[in-house]
Amino acid sequence: MAKITFNLALISYLTASLEYFFYLVYRKPAVQTLAWVTVGVGLLCHTMIIGLRASATGHGPYTTSFEIALFFAWALVVVYFLTEWKYRIKDLGAFVIPMVFLIMVYSAFLSKEIGFQGPATDASFWMTLHRTLSILGYAAFAIAFAAGIMYLIQEHAVKSKKLGIMYFRMPSLEVLDNLNHKVIAVGFPLFTLGFLTGSIWSDKMHGLLLSWDMMKTWPLILVWLVYGAVFFGRLMVGLRGKRAAQGSVIGFFSVILTYFLHV
Amino acid sequence: MPETKLVVVGVNHKTTPVEIRERLAFTTGSIEESAEELISYPEIIENIIISTCNRVEIYARVYDIEIGVQKLKEFVCGNHNIPPEQLDQYFYFHSQERAVEHLFRVSSSLDSMVIGESQILGQVKDAYQLARSLRSAGQVLNQLFEKAFNVAKLVREETRIAESAVSISSAAVELARKIFEDLEDHTVMLVGTGEMAELAAKHLISYGVKTVYVASRTYERAANLAKTLNGSALDFQDFTEQLYKADIVISSTAAPKFIIKHDMVEKAIQQRKNKPIFFIDIAVPRDIEPEVNNLENVYLYDIDDLQTVVSANMKEREKQAESAMEIIHNEVAKFASWKDSLSAIPTIVSLRDRVEDIRESETAKFLEKMPHLSSEDTDAIHRLTESIANKILHKPTINLKKKTQSEEGPAYLKAIRHLFHLDD
Repeated sequence: MAKITFNLALISYLTASLEYFFYLVYRKPAVQTLAWVTVGVGLLCHTMIIGLRASATGHGPYTTSFEIALFFAWALVVVYFLTEWKYRIKDLGAFVIPMVFLIMVYSAFLSKEIGFQGPATDASFWMTLHRTLSILGYAAFAIAFAAGIMYLIQEHAVKSKKLGIMYFRMPSLEVLDNLNHKVIAVGFPLFTLGFLTGSIWSDKMHGLLLSWDMMKTWPLILVWLVYGAVFFGRLMVGLRGKRAAQGSVIGFFSVILTYFLHV
Repeated sequence: MPETKLVVVGVNHKTTPVEIRERLAFTTGSIEESAEELISYPEIIENIIISTCNRVEIYARVYDIEIGVQKLKEFVCGNHNIPPEQLDQYFYFHSQERAVEHLFRVSSSLDSMVIGESQILGQVKDAYQLARSLRSAGQVLNQLFEKAFNVAKLVREETRIAESAVSISSAAVELARKIFEDLEDHTVMLVGTGEMAELAAKHLISYGVKTVYVASRTYERAANLAKTLNGSALDFQDFTEQLYKADIVISSTAAPKFIIKHDMVEKAIQQRKNKPIFFIDIAVPRDIEPEVNNLENVYLYDIDDLQTVVSANMKEREKQAESAMEIIHNEVAKFASWKDSLSAIPTIVSLRDRVEDIRESETAKFLEKMPHLSSEDTDAIHRLTESIANKILHKPTINLKKKTQSEEGPAYLKAIRHLFHLDD
């Protein structure tokens, strides 16, 4: 059952990615609607997998690498839908949904063993909070990454005066820069809170606010510094446009690094 | 009834130089006369004449393609007193599906000099209205032209053929909207009062720009232009000080050297906290140092750049024209099947007449032998025979209509005519 649902979700995201690409090139409005519906089907299956898993383990999807990857991909789709609903950025899906698909493929290779059974100690309250907040923050960063890539494509077109198909398709620089700012403005506080709750959890578990384990903590601080610079840089010295877009692309690479080192 | 054919004969901007086209053009008055004259030709059943500065075309329904085309060519030449030998190299003609396709391409503006321009559709509509009022167009051409207008609408909706900018000032607006999206809260500064700058500014204002500054070496001219644009004039001396206020700067002075320099813009962009500025330099010689484009969040387009954008957009339209052709091919097929189904109608009518004749004469013979029947009885017998005849003919009629749309259509029609002796 879980396997079938998983495969369905995987296929939906792949199909939706292709539909978004098709829409990007051929601009048939019907295909855009179709892509939304396909992602919707994917999200439905995706939610079912998480639900089934939760009823098997007795807790939310926060313990094993598989669960976290699954949850990250899920949060990304949800955040994508919220962004799409609020800002109507055409073609954002063509950049976000392939990411979702890749995360799902990656998660397919992870062990599906159940970490532990049933709700756990009181420290796990902080763990749950830590992981939920962080994952939501990462999902927002992933959207910022997509917006950043789109900005850099459009910026390159306008600057170099080579106005190809992407120039016609991509939204304006202002829209993309705004989107980049808005999602970081949401993602950065979430990530910061995630970081803090993580410290509290670590304190409860090991009596240490920060485990000064190089590989575990430093990547997080790197992520925090990059997005902090992008976020505060805009507010204080008008860091915007290309620099902000580059920031969110670099930031997301540090997120990927952290993900593999930390989780 | 012999089958009829659609043809179009004409010249356009691609095949024919303007010296020839202008000699072949019809005025509205001469179209009226010509259309009426064409109606009197026994070879030509219906006709519509389209005459614009880029094309002269006659669409017609004829009995024979070759004769029809020949007559139409002779008519155009004769009408304008030009020997046909001189024009033969310029004329093109299409028949049947190709003629339909040609009209759809014309009405959808795929055959225009500037692909996607909207004028041609209006011109085709006018030609059609005139032909209708003259009654030179009948059932088939009416349907054809109505269809052509639908196709044009479909192409406009489903492709982006008319969207991208194909003039300098609209390209500037398009770029501004790719940088700033909504122009409403943005500010334009004109440096110099060139005509093209004014045009571009008006274009930007029509997209919502509210704040306009104008600077010119002669304050008088700046003030005048500012007045027409509902903006405010600046002293030429300190426009550089105000540069930071502008999101879009259009420069068009007659200055022999660069007047907007790298360091000025660098300063302005710092004052703006890196908010982008879009510079449009339409002056020749140029007003703005090209190095300005290297600054971050600054975009500089000179007149050549804009010209390049315009050509790129033309290319995009050509690409859109390709997907428009898919739509057109579909619609041509639909129209062709409609026209084919028309040719089933005479056969169906004669078939029904034949059956009705038989029914009537046979019933009459029968009733003659039965004089004792009351009038109610005879009525009942009429109704019965009618309903039998109708029931028998019902399916063949429907199938015949359907079949005429397929390849076997003509064979079916022939068979029916033969089996029922309809051609006697």
